[in-house]
Amino acid sequence: MSRLNQIELALAGAMLAVSPWIINAAPYESTMGLVQKIFYYHMPSAWLFLIAALVAGVSSAIFLFGRKPTADAWALAAAEMAVVFGIITLVTGPLWARKAWGIWWVWDARLTSSLILWMIFVAYLLLRRYGGPGSDKLGAGMALFGLANVPFIFVSVNVWRTLHPQTSVVPTLPVQMGGPLWFCVFAFLLLFLALLSMRARLQQQRVRIEQLYLAEDEA
Amino acid sequence: MRFCRTLFLAAAVIAGALAGPVPPAFAQPKPSPDEFVPLAEAPPEEQIPAINLVAAAYGFVWIVVVGYVWSLGKRLQQAEAEIAALERKAR
Repeated sequence: MSRLNQIELALAGAMLAVSPWIINAAPYESTMGLVQKIFYYHMPSAWLFLIAALVAGVSSAIFLFGRKPTADAWALAAAEMAVVFGIITLVTGPLWARKAWGIWWVWDARLTSSLILWMIFVAYLLLRRYGGPGSDKLGAGMALFGLANVPFIFVSVNVWRTLHPQTSVVPTLPVQMGGPLWFCVFAFLLLFLALLSMRARLQQQRVRIEQLYLAEDEA
Repeated sequence: MRFCRTLFLAAAVIAGALAGPVPPAFAQPKPSPDEFVPLAEAPPEEQIPAINLVAAAYGFVWIVVVGYVWSLGKRLQQAEAEIAALERKAR
């Protein structure tokens, strides 16, 4: 683990540790009350879920069309981030919805497309783990499908009828609620950067291990 | 005359049956709401305290993050140890 990763992880851990106090100090939302506090973890993880899918897709495109092997390590790392932050989003969302909407889940455009995106990256990881030779290129193709889904998810709440709040909510938040939100966004972003870099490094090490085994066989 | 009396009795019995309380088994089911119903009006057994949901959400996030960081750290250590062992063998 590099020195930068250690600093990022320590800072993110400290910020997440104090975040419940900062979130608790934020005012209650008038109609939802206490349950709206889930928003401060749900929204940053949802953003990072989409950013991870974006990074995985772009890295896969560079790997496929630019023939750069290092891009594959970043694609795999970002795909794992998409699965981690995706499961956080898909679990915290229904916990909030149960109280705010009265139901755990609704098959609208935003929720359904988010679930599909998460399943694409779960399939990507399974393919990379058990797919054998050639799974890197096949996986890169799948990640491009994931990438195509990202703008669709982002605009879905503004285009189709849904219970999910629209994208205009965040810019209109009062400072007392926006402050804790951006604090959590920064903490999650630091965590994301540290984990992404560590996971990419792990993949590069695995490639190195394969090369060492091949060299050993040839000798 | 007898027919009229029978008809009157039958009408009275039917009217009495319709006017009285309907047994629950034959009662018309309430239509399920297809519009927004405030949760405060939901029956108590359908209401979950918000604190339980908030605690579950925050607890889940912490478990996933700590678990993933631990798993990634362990995998990195294993890979570094394997590389070191292979490089020693190669020399």
